[in-house]
Amino acid sequence: MSEIPTALILNAIIAGLLLGGFYAAVSVGVSISFGMLDVVNIAHPAFIILGSYIAYIVNDRFGFDPIAACVLLSPLFFVLGLAIYRVYYLCFEKRGQESLRGLAFFFGILFITEVALVLVFGVDYRAVRTGYSDTTWRLGPVDFPLRLVVPFAVSVTMVASIEMFLTRTFFGRAVLAVAQDALALRLMGVDTLRVKERAFALSIATAAVAGSFLIVIQPVQPAIGREYIGLVFAVCVLGGMGSIRGTLAAAFILGLAESFTATFAGPSWAPAVSFGLLLATLALRPSGLFGR
Amino acid sequence: MKRLAIWFAGALLALCAALPSAAQQPLKIGFGMSLTGPLAGNGKAALIAMEIWREDVNARGGILGRKVEFVYYDDQTNPSTVPSIYNKLLDVDKVDLVVSGYGTNVIAPAMPIMMQRQMTFMGLFGLNVNSKFDYDRYFQIMPAGPEPAIGWTQGYFDTAMALNPKPATIALVGADAEYPALCLAGAREQVKRTGLKVVYDKTYPPNTVDYSPIVRAIQANNPDLVYVCSYPPDSAGIIRAANEVGLKARMFGGGMVGTQFAALKTQLGPLLNGLVSYESYAPDVADKFPSVAPFLEKYQARAAKEGVDPLGFYLPPYAYAMMEVLEHAIKGVGSLDQAKIADYIHKNEFVTYVGKVRFAKNGEWSVPRMMTVQYHGITGNDLDAWKKPGHVTVLAPAAYKTGNVATPFQDNRK
Repeated sequence: MSEIPTALILNAIIAGLLLGGFYAAVSVGVSISFGMLDVVNIAHPAFIILGSYIAYIVNDRFGFDPIAACVLLSPLFFVLGLAIYRVYYLCFEKRGQESLRGLAFFFGILFITEVALVLVFGVDYRAVRTGYSDTTWRLGPVDFPLRLVVPFAVSVTMVASIEMFLTRTFFGRAVLAVAQDALALRLMGVDTLRVKERAFALSIATAAVAGSFLIVIQPVQPAIGREYIGLVFAVCVLGGMGSIRGTLAAAFILGLAESFTATFAGPSWAPAVSFGLLLATLALRPSGLFGR
Repeated sequence: MKRLAIWFAGALLALCAALPSAAQQPLKIGFGMSLTGPLAGNGKAALIAMEIWREDVNARGGILGRKVEFVYYDDQTNPSTVPSIYNKLLDVDKVDLVVSGYGTNVIAPAMPIMMQRQMTFMGLFGLNVNSKFDYDRYFQIMPAGPEPAIGWTQGYFDTAMALNPKPATIALVGADAEYPALCLAGAREQVKRTGLKVVYDKTYPPNTVDYSPIVRAIQANNPDLVYVCSYPPDSAGIIRAANEVGLKARMFGGGMVGTQFAALKTQLGPLLNGLVSYESYAPDVADKFPSVAPFLEKYQARAAKEGVDPLGFYLPPYAYAMMEVLEHAIKGVGSLDQAKIADYIHKNEFVTYVGKVRFAKNGEWSVPRMMTVQYHGITGNDLDAWKKPGHVTVLAPAAYKTGNVATPFQDNRK
């Protein structure tokens, strides 16, 4: 194999993994809310964009690193998540109307968030400046652009931490138990509302961090979140509903598929290949890669 | 008593006769505009310019003695909303005139309605829209020339083919959307004319996140020229990727929407050095556009408050000029007869804020004037630097040329 294709292959692998890291961050919240809690939070991308704008404010006004700032500010999103789930529970889930009306509720939140961002920030594209945005590390023929490497590293750390939290702590296991059989948990005297509320809040907290990644990678405007709705649900389903490990694997698979398709076949084929992979996986393994 | 009654009745009649002119209905101009969605930044900037025109024209007494009012709706940068918006404007709001929103994607879906209703239709920066409709009451304020696809790409290819040695290969890439498709069609036409060999010709989905695999695939084909047709977020992504990959083309750029706006200029800063793109105005050629600077003063004061493009070089002066053409035509005709207005616009030259405008038979500018430029000498991300001359070399058209292209692309970044 000649030198250029080898470099191309290596770069396609690295680009795919880095992209997958970003996809994992934007999808892990949906994996918790939709995959584990059965809450179809279609507004998740809007919270990601909200995170992007928080990152923009702290970077523009105070010069803080957007990713570090959003990690530190994620508890605020956690509180926001608690409030939203409480409203959702009281208005829909408690009454058994969560399926269609709950979906409309989250659509409403999506549009309200977008309009609020338009009113506050205007409609122009916003971007952040960091010391690493324009820096690329080179290892032989392989490039490591830091605007993707930093989000990748933080994303993998975040997703791995969530996986450890869910599998190795009492509360985390309670979340997994709610995902499997909420009724059984209630019969054992566990307050499932509290468990679901906090798990949902955790999913919203991840959106803040994912939002900071997005604005580091590309400029954002209030409506850009809609472009990611299909992607985040595809990653969640491909990985297996409720599996954090599966979400990470699916994000890497779709990232690699997109990168290889864009490099060797043509970028316009990337969505077809990604969703083709999703369909093939679901045909062979309906519960997704790591689903039970 | 009888005489008094007659006098009173006469006075009443005179008053009634005077009433219609005193209570003249406003002249309503309707349009859809992207106030949310990906191109909302441009839509809002255009709206500010049009509002400035409306205030100016009303201060002059309106048109045909009637105050001008706008009726507009947010098209959300979504072509599917456009037909219903224009149907509502014409059937429910009963507007007297219509103009387009910003961009090819929202102008094209309005065209069948305009043709059906026989309305004169001023377009705001749509590329080659009329090529498929051939509508004789369509006019386009974007200075792309009578053959828009060719005129849009002419400056880049003229500049490239003047390089020594002549380039032999080219890569073409653009988003899967209306404008990039038409822009790429123009570039392909130029490729045929110039005899360049196409080594890469692909499109990408608009929601692509990372463009480095695309730029690497282009790099692997080692083209002399890279021509890109993109929207703002992809323009930023592709320019960043070209920087990360170290793209080695001699000339890189093309029809990249976004590099004209303050948001991307300040975000990308030095990464724009060496890029060949297009501009409709630059401080470096301010002497050629004497009316634009005073207009921009008004515009920039408002844009800062509304959080839209604080420079306003690209679109707002032309949005104002579009309304000026309509104003002059109505005043020239003396009525709102759509056929006569269209005929007047075809036959006359208009003096506007952006200079003299004359339209070709297909409604496009009779002579192309979009400037092909190269950015250079940018050292930071400061907005003020762009307000002064010094960072933009105009490469074409010849009447506006301020210098020659510097190649290869990467040498401009040292």
